[in-house]
Amino acid sequence: MIIAQELSRHFGDIVAVDRLSFELAAGEVLGFLGPNGAGKTTAMRMITGFLTPTSGSASVCGHDVVADSLAARRHIGYLPEGAPCYADMTVRDFLCFIAETRELRGNAVRREVEKSIEMVDLGAVEEQRILTLSKGYRRRVGLAQALLSDPPVLILDEPTDGLDPNQKDQVRRLIAELGSDRLVIISTHILEEIEAVCNRAMILVDGRIAVDTTPTELRRRSRWHNAVRLRLLEERVGLEEQLGELSGVAELLSEESGRHWVLFAEGRKALLPTVRNFVEKNSLPVQTLQVEPGRLDDVFHDVTHGKLA
Amino acid sequence: MNWRAISCVFRREFSACFSTPLAWIFSAIFLFLSGVFTFYLGYFYERGQADLRPFFQYHPWLYLFLASALSMRIWAEERASGNIELLLTLPLSRASLVLGKFFAAWCFCGVVLLLSIPMWITANYLGEPDNGVIIASYAGSWLMAGGFIAIGCCLSALVRSPTAAFLLVGTVCFVLLLSGHPLVQDLVSGWAPAALVEAVSSLGFLPHYNTAVRGVISLRDLLYYFSLITAWLIATAIVLDRVQTR
Repeated sequence: MIIAQELSRHFGDIVAVDRLSFELAAGEVLGFLGPNGAGKTTAMRMITGFLTPTSGSASVCGHDVVADSLAARRHIGYLPEGAPCYADMTVRDFLCFIAETRELRGNAVRREVEKSIEMVDLGAVEEQRILTLSKGYRRRVGLAQALLSDPPVLILDEPTDGLDPNQKDQVRRLIAELGSDRLVIISTHILEEIEAVCNRAMILVDGRIAVDTTPTELRRRSRWHNAVRLRLLEERVGLEEQLGELSGVAELLSEESGRHWVLFAEGRKALLPTVRNFVEKNSLPVQTLQVEPGRLDDVFHDVTHGKLA
Repeated sequence: MNWRAISCVFRREFSACFSTPLAWIFSAIFLFLSGVFTFYLGYFYERGQADLRPFFQYHPWLYLFLASALSMRIWAEERASGNIELLLTLPLSRASLVLGKFFAAWCFCGVVLLLSIPMWITANYLGEPDNGVIIASYAGSWLMAGGFIAIGCCLSALVRSPTAAFLLVGTVCFVLLLSGHPLVQDLVSGWAPAALVEAVSSLGFLPHYNTAVRGVISLRDLLYYFSLITAWLIATAIVLDRVQTR
């Protein structure tokens, strides 16, 4: 449904997006990750037709975003960065305007507007002027606007920015639900959002794809993946050296001297059986023995600092 | 041409003109000044003639304010607020956007002109003016407003700041108003070939407007306004393309 081939965008001498190539199908929810200035927004702007690529091409549902831009845009619901909207209009009037630009007429306008107001829970403010709304409501108006006419492709630039934790949760559930039969691209700074919502994650660094994988796989790349956390009920002296020498332990992190350690696994392989054997053999008074799933922020840090690719 | 899309943009823009106080403030200034100029500078009473010549005489200069004020919000404000990203990614063709916005501002000018109808009624109350001439003058004034707005559309798309757009539109329209005047002619005639000097002077609004105020709108005038508006609107679309490829 979306095919990008060597998509690039330069601003003068600055290369914002550098030869981006990927394919996405319905049912995929892609999360764009990356530090500020990595090219996430620029990539989205090219796919939605706001910025013309310097080179390369992209197509949405078979329509080239430059040569056949209008047809491509008909298939996209887009929430731009900062959720711009006409602040002087009421929520309902604004949504009606957008619905009409999406070629809905008469009753269909009302029906679609009602539906999207309900989906993002805007009923309480639908007759209010947008300029009187809080940031969270404005963001949801932007989201409601993108959902009108039920486009097969949704591109959402930081959809949960400015929302409170409950609203964030609600919007994430909505996106995950929408993603079951649509193609969704979101960009975010929030790593747990990727796991909550996406089934594919792409980390962009300096305009290039550094990692393109599933969120689960992303977590596995963390040095914390399969690490074992061991905490004892009481302090044991001299244990640290023995733990460090266990086979398969790459590194030992002492959280609390003589009592609490994290054992990092060599090659991120399963380490728990070895540690459990050791614990049983020495009859250690265990308070906690658990396997770490891996840390996304750790992977993000390593990827964006060029340590992992 | 997708008229539905144009009408959709038109309706949104037209109603926005009414909901922003700025448009009303400038309209009020326009109407107030046109009245002041008519009575004080135009000697409406003292002339002893029942016509609206003094009223229409100052319209070109008043449009410098009104058209600049209306134009600055057409594109520059969209760029400043970031709404342009929303607008250009909606499934609307470039032509629908440019035309819808242009017609909305032009029609708003029409509404402002209609609000000056009491002046017309006054003239009819005081004497027996040639109403044909007055109708032609209204039409001429509205056509000229269209020219100003079209220029404003293009220049407003060029810049990101509404204030800069206001000043830019005002300046360029001022120069075009004076294009037959020695002030501008002297600037050009020193170095440019005679044909260009001639071209610059024929680009001006005033000759076409003055014939309308005398009660004549010829095909030549209509063609002038039509081509002027078309050319500037095409330029607007090109400028918007530049926004996307810059």
